[in-house]
Amino acid sequence: MKQSGYTIWLLTLSLAAATFGAIVFATGMGHIAVPGVDILRVIAARITGNPALLAGVDPVFPFVVLDVRLPRILTATLVGGGLAMSGVIYQGILLNPLADPYTLGVSSGAAFGAALALVGNLSMMGHFSVPLFAFGGAALTLLVVLYLSSFNGQISANTLILSGVIVGAILAAGISFLKYLADEQVAVIIFWLMGSFASRTWADVGVVAGAVVFGLVLALFYARDLNILSLGNRSADTLGVESTRVRWLLLLGASLVTAVCVSVSGIIGFIGLIVPHLMRFLVGPDNRKLLPVSVLAGALLLLVADTVTRAVLPVEVPIGVLTALIGGPFFCVIFRKRQRGAA
Amino acid sequence: MIAPGGFDLAGVGFAYGATPALAELDISLTPGRFYGIVGPNGCGKTTFLDLLTGTRSPDRGSVTFRDRPVADYRRRELARLVALVPQDFAIDFAFTVQEAVLMGRHPHIGRFASPAPEDWRQVDAAMATIGISHFKDRFVNGLSGGEKQRVVVARALAQQTPFLLFDEATSSLDVQYTMQIFNVARRLVREEGRTVIAVIHNLNLAAAYCDEIIFMQAGKVVACGPSGTVLEPAMIKKVFGVESRVAFDDFSNTQQVSFRYWS
Repeated sequence: MKQSGYTIWLLTLSLAAATFGAIVFATGMGHIAVPGVDILRVIAARITGNPALLAGVDPVFPFVVLDVRLPRILTATLVGGGLAMSGVIYQGILLNPLADPYTLGVSSGAAFGAALALVGNLSMMGHFSVPLFAFGGAALTLLVVLYLSSFNGQISANTLILSGVIVGAILAAGISFLKYLADEQVAVIIFWLMGSFASRTWADVGVVAGAVVFGLVLALFYARDLNILSLGNRSADTLGVESTRVRWLLLLGASLVTAVCVSVSGIIGFIGLIVPHLMRFLVGPDNRKLLPVSVLAGALLLLVADTVTRAVLPVEVPIGVLTALIGGPFFCVIFRKRQRGAA
Repeated sequence: MIAPGGFDLAGVGFAYGATPALAELDISLTPGRFYGIVGPNGCGKTTFLDLLTGTRSPDRGSVTFRDRPVADYRRRELARLVALVPQDFAIDFAFTVQEAVLMGRHPHIGRFASPAPEDWRQVDAAMATIGISHFKDRFVNGLSGGEKQRVVVARALAQQTPFLLFDEATSSLDVQYTMQIFNVARRLVREEGRTVIAVIHNLNLAAAYCDEIIFMQAGKVVACGPSGTVLEPAMIKKVFGVESRVAFDDFSNTQQVSFRYWS
């Protein structure tokens, strides 16, 4: 299925509107229900600094909305968008529809780096130390996985996933060891690793927003090059793409975004796999259209999933567990379909 | 019109790790000619083309294009001058045929610009020339091998370059489409003064279309000249190790090679 430019604009705008609506709606949901109008008034009052807007609003609402719910909701939204974007980039560059931050082991690498920072209490760089260690872990993992799966400059789709799984398993063992070392801190790491948006702060929102915006600008700048890279390096070179440079820039950009997402939320798998797939089906493979649509859809999907665990389910299921339960079977379906297609 | 210069290779050597692919390669390729590169599998033909497109850099010697080292060109600049039709076309994503041909315009379109009417005109013309306009809305990942190959040729035509390189570009095409593509290439050389450099396995095809045939063996050029002078049984025996006869053929109006297939 492929849509005209007009329909794609409409889809992009609808997704943006739906995401905004979902943010407001989700902010109202929870133990204390806050009416939508009051949410908008609290936000407007904060932005304009006009306390008159808060007249008649329950005095606990500003605290619930601004300090508890919005940071979490916005973090979830941004992380969803960021992971979906990384998925689009990895899939485009590695010519592999099965690639995503999770299946490549990059998420595990980031988690290992972040866990190292947490356990070692390495806070020399303040709020950035966990994201920085996560990025180091992610970038290193990506290099190792690419090295393992490349042969004569060629990277085969299935070897890539296999390498990702192997490296991911080693890293998982490493994380277990860190947990063993962590002693009383272990609960923090365990819950964080399962993926959670509980008790996020505005600082988290800021860090993730910075990374996602940077990643999106970079990806859109090279979006047409990314289209052409899907022909392979040799063809891309002769069509005027500086393919080696663009590949590395985009791979590192996607890994940075993944690392920052993991450092605030733990491992959340399969968003980067499912979303680009569904969106490619809707808008086609042109990355200039696919990237914005995927970011919005990823944001919406993760926000909805997080709201379900937070406000709908009787107990809070870690979001990473929820996405893996939905995404794992989806991965199996795509994998099976590809095998049949290749046969 | 005096055509600007072509490719000059001097003392070129290239190795994949410890495996040498090209050694002491010297040759000049002048504009406005149809070159055919022939030689046994693994003799360095594809590596040779990769040096011309700058995808690989020589370990020794120099490769210059229009008196400037190929390595000094920016990729976009070189892509406006030299197009490659690769042997294979693997793509996992559902671009349409038209979108795939439009990719040939990439070096001509600014980073933030949309394709101009001229770009679309070139895309339409290229698809019409190769006869693929009727399936321009189909997805490339659903095409047959032959259809894909014609899409890649159209993409290279849309690139509108004075130099066109073919890397066994007709290997999965039947005789009709092979002739169609070689006739297009020949017309570009004759009527527009463009240069075609084609790796060809079929010696008779090379004899019929090429102004000059380049024989390669073990990473070296062993002969280069018009088919009338270099295409002869001794050379074919030397390079391919098979017995043959070369004679003028009335029906094809060109030199043709016949082989003794078994005895």
